[in-house]
Amino acid sequence: MEQETNEVVVQPLNRAKVRTFLKVTLILFVVTLIEYAFAFGISHEYKWIRVVLFISLTLLKAYYIVAEFMHLGHENKPFKRALIFPIVFVIFLIFIMIYQGGAVFDLLINR
Amino acid sequence: MSETAVAIDEEKKDLWGGGVSPFKASYGKIMMWFFLLSDAFTFSALLITYGYIRFSHPAYSGAVEDFTFSAEWWPIPEKVFEAMPFMHGVSMPLIFVGIMTFVLILSSVTMVMAVEAGQRMDRKGVEKWMLWTILGGVAFLGCQAWEWNHFIHGIQQADGSFFHASLSSNPYGPPPFASLFFFITGFHGFHVFSGVVFNFIIFFQAMTGKFERTGHYEMVEKVGLYWHFVDLVWVFVFTFFYLV
Repeated sequence: MEQETNEVVVQPLNRAKVRTFLKVTLILFVVTLIEYAFAFGISHEYKWIRVVLFISLTLLKAYYIVAEFMHLGHENKPFKRALIFPIVFVIFLIFIMIYQGGAVFDLLINR
Repeated sequence: MSETAVAIDEEKKDLWGGGVSPFKASYGKIMMWFFLLSDAFTFSALLITYGYIRFSHPAYSGAVEDFTFSAEWWPIPEKVFEAMPFMHGVSMPLIFVGIMTFVLILSSVTMVMAVEAGQRMDRKGVEKWMLWTILGGVAFLGCQAWEWNHFIHGIQQADGSFFHASLSSNPYGPPPFASLFFFITGFHGFHVFSGVVFNFIIFFQAMTGKFERTGHYEMVEKVGLYWHFVDLVWVFVFTFFYLV
């Protein structure tokens, strides 16, 4: 009797893709180590230098995760824009809330 | 008659005129992305609240060696997060959270490998890499459970009292410090937990051959997006709680 078989053709490993993934992993690893170096190397008096450095390195890591791991870098332009433009609201909220935090600090503590 | 038909066909070639997919992605993936965008707003709001409350308290600016815990100023992370399992009483600042970060990043890497295997219709590969991803997620959750337990149970001091934190009070700094820590890492941890559950469901369905019958492994890509998002949020939580 003839057996019914589902023919599933397994394609060979895409080596170029895997190489990209390994490259991104290495970048994330190295950037995290740099963050550690800054965490212990830069004194807490330089608060704003620390804040700016850490946030820039975090955004760098976020870029690689979103663009390569989440594949957004390879989607088409309208899709990228639909997902990236709304982040402007977050940027707006960051500025008003940090400003507000400073105002509360001046009012309650720094009178 | 035939001329109108041609006119409609011409119109449909417009990207936003209907009849084509302007994003060139499947419905499920687009919706997962939009859900993640809304979730990104939620996490942004939480982390910005952390920034707001932190900036409305004085910052510590002296030397790290002279630092003492006080409700007067915001604590510095390398003094709060210095515990390590099996290393009782040894100060290992930020080492444990570094391990947690690498566990989550590596589970993201195994996830892209699972997605890649799915695109090649390689069922064995999907099963293997999904299992590694689930393992990474469970390891991360275990680490977080240990860290929470360490903070809630606390350290017994010489006079017999406990040095421990709760939502309402904590010995490390101003009261909102611990409430924000528990709320934000807890919300992220719950995302990791649901991610592990989704990954397990997809692993199970791959194992039973569901995707071979469907003819594609797109569900692996969708849960993959969710899983990478959880990793992405952790990158930010890590920066704001453990580094800045």
